[in-house]
Amino acid sequence: MTVTDLAEQLNLKPLAGMGGAQNDVLTCYAGDLLSWVMGRAKEGSVWLTVMGNVNAIAVATLADCACIVLTENAPLDEDARQRAELQNVPVLSTDLNAFEMSVKIAGLL
Amino acid sequence: MAGLKLTYDIPSAEDDFTRAGEASGSVKKKLRQIGYSPEAIRKVSIAMYEGEINVAIHAGGGEAQVEISSDCVTMKLIDHGPGIPDVEKAMQEGWSTAPEAVRNLGFGAGMGLPNMKKYTDSMDIETEVGKGTTITMVVKA
Repeated sequence: MTVTDLAEQLNLKPLAGMGGAQNDVLTCYAGDLLSWVMGRAKEGSVWLTVMGNVNAIAVATLADCACIVLTENAPLDEDARQRAELQNVPVLSTDLNAFEMSVKIAGLL
Repeated sequence: MAGLKLTYDIPSAEDDFTRAGEASGSVKKKLRQIGYSPEAIRKVSIAMYEGEINVAIHAGGGEAQVEISSDCVTMKLIDHGPGIPDVEKAMQEGWSTAPEAVRNLGFGAGMGLPNMKKYTDSMDIETEVGKGTTITMVVKA
């Protein structure tokens, strides 16, 4: 399943970095502490977080996340949006919380 | 293959925290071009990013020296910051001295040094309180 498929099936709103829309979604990880996520999220993860800052984009890139999903409509900073565009890190948005989103993703994987 | 040597300036978090991750991103790109295995690239990326963040947050910036050869990547992070008074404590997961401002950005989980150790094949810490810290990490290809 690609990020595009995920976005369509779960009605996620693309915010930036859709150059990476064909990234393969393999699993899911939820968390807001960047180093924690960095050390534990597996490659190809959909990363559920409320951290919409530029450092989150760096973590997603380096940890090879498939995409970031900002839960509960958490905002994406402008410099983070630009970085996501530049590095093709898809960032999507949902009004669901991390639990509700996880349950939905689990049904697709 | 002769070693490829790269040097990066790591700015202080107070001056420019948006640049944190540039050095590790650049090294990752180089390793991809060279054809390193995805697993080794991931290990280098994580360890190097954690190192960069530590230097930016705790030491007021510093330098990263990276040497890439056909069999390993050696990353040396050099700073002239406050040093680490208790390395054993700093190596414990969850132990953090990160200031409030960077905690609000999602840092300060106390996973920096533990991640660096976890994702490298060797890590050596030389530190002196008041003088600075040099951390050398090696990831095998």
